[in-house]
Amino acid sequence: MRKMTKGFASALALTAGLSSAAMAEDVEVLHWWTAGGEAAALNVLKEDLAKQGIGWIDMPVAGGGGEAAMTALSARVTAGDAPTAVQMLGFDITDWAEQGVLGNLDAVAGPEGWDQVIPEALQAFSKHDGHWIAAPVNVHSTNWVWISKAALDKTGLAAPTNWEELIAVLDKMQENGITPLAHGGQPWQDATIFDSLVLAQGSDFYKAAFIDLDPEALGGEKMAAAFDQLLKLRTYVDSNFSGRDWNLASAMVINGEAGMQIMGDWAKGEFLKAGQKPGEGFICIRFPGTQGAVTFNADQFAMFNVKGEEKVKAQLAMASAIESPAFQSAFNVVKGSVPARTDVPDTDFDDCGKKGIKDLAEANTNGTLYGSMAHGYGAPAAVKNATFDVITAAFNGEYSDGATAAAALKDAVAAAQ
Amino acid sequence: MAALPEADFRTKLQDWLPKLVLAPSVAVTLFFVYGFILFTVVLSFTSSKMLPSWDFVGFSNYVRLFSLPHWHVALKNIAIFATLYIVICTAIGLMLAIFLDQKIRGEGVLRPIYLYPMALSFIVTGTAWKWFLDPGIGLENVMHQWGWESFSFTWIKSNTMAIYTIVLAAVWQSSGFVMAMFLAGLRGIDNEVLKAAQIDGASNWQLYRRIVIPLLRPAFLSAFVILAHLAIKSYDLVIALTGGGPGRATEMPATFMYSYTFTRKEMGVGASSAVIMLMTIAAIMVPYLYSELKEKKE
Repeated sequence: MRKMTKGFASALALTAGLSSAAMAEDVEVLHWWTAGGEAAALNVLKEDLAKQGIGWIDMPVAGGGGEAAMTALSARVTAGDAPTAVQMLGFDITDWAEQGVLGNLDAVAGPEGWDQVIPEALQAFSKHDGHWIAAPVNVHSTNWVWISKAALDKTGLAAPTNWEELIAVLDKMQENGITPLAHGGQPWQDATIFDSLVLAQGSDFYKAAFIDLDPEALGGEKMAAAFDQLLKLRTYVDSNFSGRDWNLASAMVINGEAGMQIMGDWAKGEFLKAGQKPGEGFICIRFPGTQGAVTFNADQFAMFNVKGEEKVKAQLAMASAIESPAFQSAFNVVKGSVPARTDVPDTDFDDCGKKGIKDLAEANTNGTLYGSMAHGYGAPAAVKNATFDVITAAFNGEYSDGATAAAALKDAVAAAQ
Repeated sequence: MAALPEADFRTKLQDWLPKLVLAPSVAVTLFFVYGFILFTVVLSFTSSKMLPSWDFVGFSNYVRLFSLPHWHVALKNIAIFATLYIVICTAIGLMLAIFLDQKIRGEGVLRPIYLYPMALSFIVTGTAWKWFLDPGIGLENVMHQWGWESFSFTWIKSNTMAIYTIVLAAVWQSSGFVMAMFLAGLRGIDNEVLKAAQIDGASNWQLYRRIVIPLLRPAFLSAFVILAHLAIKSYDLVIALTGGGPGRATEMPATFMYSYTFTRKEMGVGASSAVIMLMTIAAIMVPYLYSELKEKKE
């Protein structure tokens, strides 16, 4: 008995020793980057921190858009045990900031000049009440079209630059016997297409409708026109589209079963993995009519309030490591996105990445860089999902024309606010 | 004489032991079941968004809930699903049980075959049926490969028919279990009664219609209670089979509750939908249980 107690006591002491050692200078990170490439990209950050003697406690919660991760986070924060840093998108960050549980990164953001290099549209989410609360990792833009080079060459047409040319290409692809538009019928994918259609109606209109939530814009003629175009695009998808994951839709373009996909730049990773090269196997263009404007979706690490000087130091070191240009370049080359800072050299990026960096900088200077509604950067979750309901219903043929859909959108958004 | 106080202690202990042993589970149940039901009811009257808050807003969450077209879709779907699921499962279960009860050879082999789907989780059932029903890879594709080019079975991709694919998968999963319950009930029926009826010249049909099925009443009760609550809480099957789609065509109250509470950050609305679900099931079950159990006592 005595022996057992002793053994137990020493085991206890050992655990206590381990955990206190682990608590000295560690960051605990909640994220959903579990897929191969993403995990590899995150490793760059892990190694950076290890060099500074900061340990990394990984808390991955798998699941594409991070919904499961956000549920896990609510439980952790309610229990009073928030992680150091959490991967987060858009209005989620604002929501948590309003709960007063996020930390303050001004101590590194000020000296490192984040205000000058991070696009202002992003700062709206990374800052709360004038204080930095989150470190943006990357910028994805969502108004891209990925076209199979072979399928486009077969149509004999050039890459489309406006709606009419797009329809001409799609028609021709249909004649050639392939599915013109690869698409997966999930609400967020429908909404991703719709983001581009709304943006193509004019960047001011996008801002009025999806950022300012102006009822007149939401229910107006331009919105009706965007819905009509959505209904038109609906006719170019195959009959088996509903519920398909986005990467399977990308695979259809890669295999030559389909002509093009309208999707954010994370789709590029699928093409690269399949051994295709930009300009050879596939072509990347901005959605016709949206060149010059960008709808973005940025991954950020929101930093929670942590207690203890050592922990705060580790948190600040992590924030600083995230914003270092070397990490921004290394991470985003792997991830397919573009750096969250506009001053990172584009030398390591491929053609699509270079175009992405250039477009982002240009949109930032022209003030045409907007948060993507489909990805939680346009409006809070309740409104976002209300728009999803209408867009998905429209895509599945519940409204007879664009005008009815626009009226429904206006009502749904008003009800969700 | 000296043994008496000890005996006293023993009797006391015997009195107390059951209560003592049951106390922890009662406490845990009270807290984790009824406590959280109460918590949900309270939340449904607050303006909770992402996290619970204590700002009471009266019935406005319920007003908002019933103004949502999405909720009406969920209600319509659960009505279709629950009715068909309970009726078809009971019918098939009863039929299989009666057929298996004909003292046929190989019952020992057949029974587990029908029962085994229940051993799968709804997630597995949903995923398997999703592939099976998918026109691109499933039944339709196979028929096309076999040369039946005009064959078309696209329910799972259709807004109006997708809900019936959920019924199909759920019935496949649960009928065997209902069969087992009825089979147990059939085995419990006194053979003397049946023999007496046969001597009186009752036909097989009359035998089942007038004697066996009425005697199976307790089995019907258990089947109904189990199927009804499975139907109301059907979440995993919907998520695995259709993901609530196409569009939002197969949204159910349970998926609605999860998405509003956790992903749409409208915890108040989510809680009020949970309360409505609870009240719906209570409204069906309480009178039914009450009448069934009362009759037994009399």
